[in-house]
Amino acid sequence: MLAARDLVLKLGGAPALAGVSAAIAPGQITAIIGPNGAGKSSLLACLAGLQRVAAGQVTLDDAPVLKLDPRQRARRIGFLPQVAEVNWDIDVETLVALGRLPHRSAPAADAAAITAAMAATDCAGLAGRVVSSLSGGERARVLLARVLAGQPDYLLADEPLANLDPGHQLDTIACLRAAADAGTGVAIVLHDLALAAQIADQLVLLHNGQVAANGTAAQVLTGPNVAKVYGIDIQVEHQPDGRLHLMVKGRSQRG
Amino acid sequence: MKRRLIPLLLAALLLASLLSLIAGKVWIAPAAMLAGDERWAIIAELRLPRMLLAVIVGGGLGLAGAAMQGYLRNPLADPGLFGVSAGAALGAVLAIFFGLSATPYVLSACALAGAGAAMALLAALAGHSGSIIVFTLGGVVISSLAGALTALVISLAPTPFATGQIVNWLMGALTDRSWNDVLVAAPLMALGAIILAGTARALDALTLGEAAARSLGVNPSRLQWQVIIGVGLIVGASVAAAGVIGFIGLIVPHLVRPFTRRNPSSVLLPSALGGALLLVVADAAVRAAPTVSELRVGIAMSLLGGPFFLALLLRLRRKLA
Repeated sequence: MLAARDLVLKLGGAPALAGVSAAIAPGQITAIIGPNGAGKSSLLACLAGLQRVAAGQVTLDDAPVLKLDPRQRARRIGFLPQVAEVNWDIDVETLVALGRLPHRSAPAADAAAITAAMAATDCAGLAGRVVSSLSGGERARVLLARVLAGQPDYLLADEPLANLDPGHQLDTIACLRAAADAGTGVAIVLHDLALAAQIADQLVLLHNGQVAANGTAAQVLTGPNVAKVYGIDIQVEHQPDGRLHLMVKGRSQRG
Repeated sequence: MKRRLIPLLLAALLLASLLSLIAGKVWIAPAAMLAGDERWAIIAELRLPRMLLAVIVGGGLGLAGAAMQGYLRNPLADPGLFGVSAGAALGAVLAIFFGLSATPYVLSACALAGAGAAMALLAALAGHSGSIIVFTLGGVVISSLAGALTALVISLAPTPFATGQIVNWLMGALTDRSWNDVLVAAPLMALGAIILAGTARALDALTLGEAAARSLGVNPSRLQWQVIIGVGLIVGASVAAAGVIGFIGLIVPHLVRPFTRRNPSSVLLPSALGGALLLVVADAAVRAAPTVSELRVGIAMSLLGGPFFLALLLRLRRKLA
């Protein structure tokens, strides 16, 4: 279990997180949602052990994540940043292999993990291409393959669906679902409430650096919660398969 | 090509090094080296240490340049950006100013002290942040401050002779270097090279940006220390031995990068070999050139590097346009 307890974080003096608790369970997809500036990316960075906090702590199987050896932490927690930054025009295989850096395992084990990750993300055909020749969708898949190649126990992704067309969004979701089914704890920051309702097992709704609600989609994505946090009215339909169907009706009346 | 690059560079370096022993104002045929010729002294006492110095200084600057470009994630970065080379130059200039340069080792020691001071200042400025912006700005500030102080020392020089000596030294050359210079520079360079070799994985991780690199287990402040000390030792020792020789650290990683996988770690060793090759060839060329007084190799490198840099910018502009 990757768990945050009572996190307090200040960025440049302004409070980014004010007492946030959340848990990422193995085998599940947890969606972190909330309006811009609610603290979603901050929470994800804290969970990844990349951010010192003013109070509270993140624990990985009860061990404080900030006290772990960085390489040991890196082997267990994979992190996909929001910005798809690649500074040198390397080929896809070299890029995916970067996911193996914390492992220092035998070349055969590395090669197997790299091949598996590229197969899972449908990147095998791109292996020899250089990064600058990839489309946005291909690049996103390759960067996801990089994280998967590290075979992390927890996979944290900051808006992995942003800038993807609906087809590629579904492909990426299928990848994340497969990882979760294989036992990985997946946490993603999302903006699209309808997608979150469809794919997440657990949701954490943040508002002004605090947890406004958490639980299943049916518990979190209620009309009153969404109206309070986003200032919009939604219509929720419960589908026969237990999923939620969400429709945005418009801005709620303020006052 | 990618697999054969390192053996090719090694073979070229070996060949160039041997040929450079022959070349000079006095040409010495290989047969004479073996036959107890009295010109052997020219080889053993002058050209051999000079050639070895060209190998380690050129190799060190190439390696330091490749590491800097990887660390700053910028193909235009150069070890000179760092302030260490300007600091070392200031130390050496002060030694000449106070008339200490005739005593063996003193000039080297002063240059190394200057490099050490610049490194310490940069480390203090960048602090524990591991921030690349602070690091770069700190390097620029130290560089221009040391440059201003060097200019001040030159303007205060007691005699025109001292001024001439300082200016001449600043231009960078491998002329009249002895085994002493090799013995001072080699261990420091080797230590710096070992430290920089240890950054290879972290530099690769930085390809994906700072946040991703940290998530891959890179400790940014440790990496910054390694880069400061590794580049500092190499650049400091090279300035102490040969004065300021620019552009190698900028040009060579560029030349070799297209023949590698382009990730920072795969550019390090080819850059070191390429830097050594370039300086050995350039130094042999200025030595053999039919000029009245020998052309300073530092000037030759700048004459080569200026147009190269221009061509690089033009290509970049075309790519952006």
